[in-house]
Amino acid sequence: MSIDTGERSDPPARAESRQWTARMRNAAESAFPPDQLLPDRQPAYMASWIYVFGVLTVVSLAWVIITGCILAIMGPSWWHVSTAGHFVNSLHLWSVEAFFFFMVIHLWGKFFMAAWRGNRRLTWVTGVISFLVSVGAAFTGYLSQQNFDSQWISTQAKDGINATGAGAVWNVLNFGQMLMWHIVLLPIGVVLIAGLHVLMVRRHGIVPPFAVGDKDSASETAPAVAVPAEEPA
Amino acid sequence: MFLGALLGALINLNGSGRYIHWGFIQISVANFVVIVLMVVVFVLAILLPFPKRKRGGQ
Repeated sequence: MSIDTGERSDPPARAESRQWTARMRNAAESAFPPDQLLPDRQPAYMASWIYVFGVLTVVSLAWVIITGCILAIMGPSWWHVSTAGHFVNSLHLWSVEAFFFFMVIHLWGKFFMAAWRGNRRLTWVTGVISFLVSVGAAFTGYLSQQNFDSQWISTQAKDGINATGAGAVWNVLNFGQMLMWHIVLLPIGVVLIAGLHVLMVRRHGIVPPFAVGDKDSASETAPAVAVPAEEPA
Repeated sequence: MFLGALLGALINLNGSGRYIHWGFIQISVANFVVIVLMVVVFVLAILLPFPKRKRGGQ
């Protein structure tokens, strides 16, 4: 690491630096130019309602995280007893319902678009993994309700989980373990994978419809001709 | 009391669930309704035109 004296007589030779920080910065700038990372224009074919469900899923996830943080701060004696606690608890549940509702419609839309075309395989795969991790997060959430419903679900699920062999390290009857998975590990996993998914969308652009491009070789990046992002997004 | 009733669910959800049985298929009415709603919203999202911005009074 070189020492910065604060003098700016010559512009730094960024491209020639061999430091790992410079290499990482150059790679990030190359992969995600600012106008591609936060675009203000999108392809004209995005002017369809079917393209709004991805961002609706992200917004629902944000509500899930926000309400979950409030529940974590206030604790079970608040969300089980007080009116405000019931309200935030219900917001947490219904934002999860909205999350899966929008995510499944997003999945159907992208499946019938064959959204993995044009070197977008990683975008599709990260979406699939995000979906699966979300199912685990929702399942452990049902196990964390501390009511008869969660007891019923855990006792019904234990035989199936144990049959896979996962029960040796992942015990659905262990409330503390399921709560930690629900509020720490799985949310981190969902947010990281969903974030990677969004970055992949920014990297490769929205997949064009079949009628616009060749279905066998859809363009790797979004076309330049576009409409303002606020119009279709 | 009135406000609580006004903001409450349109359908009383505070009871045992009802299920649909069709051969070996068994699904709760609530889950079936959600799936039907998803299909309806999916079809509407494809068919309904997306609003376009009016530019310069045109």
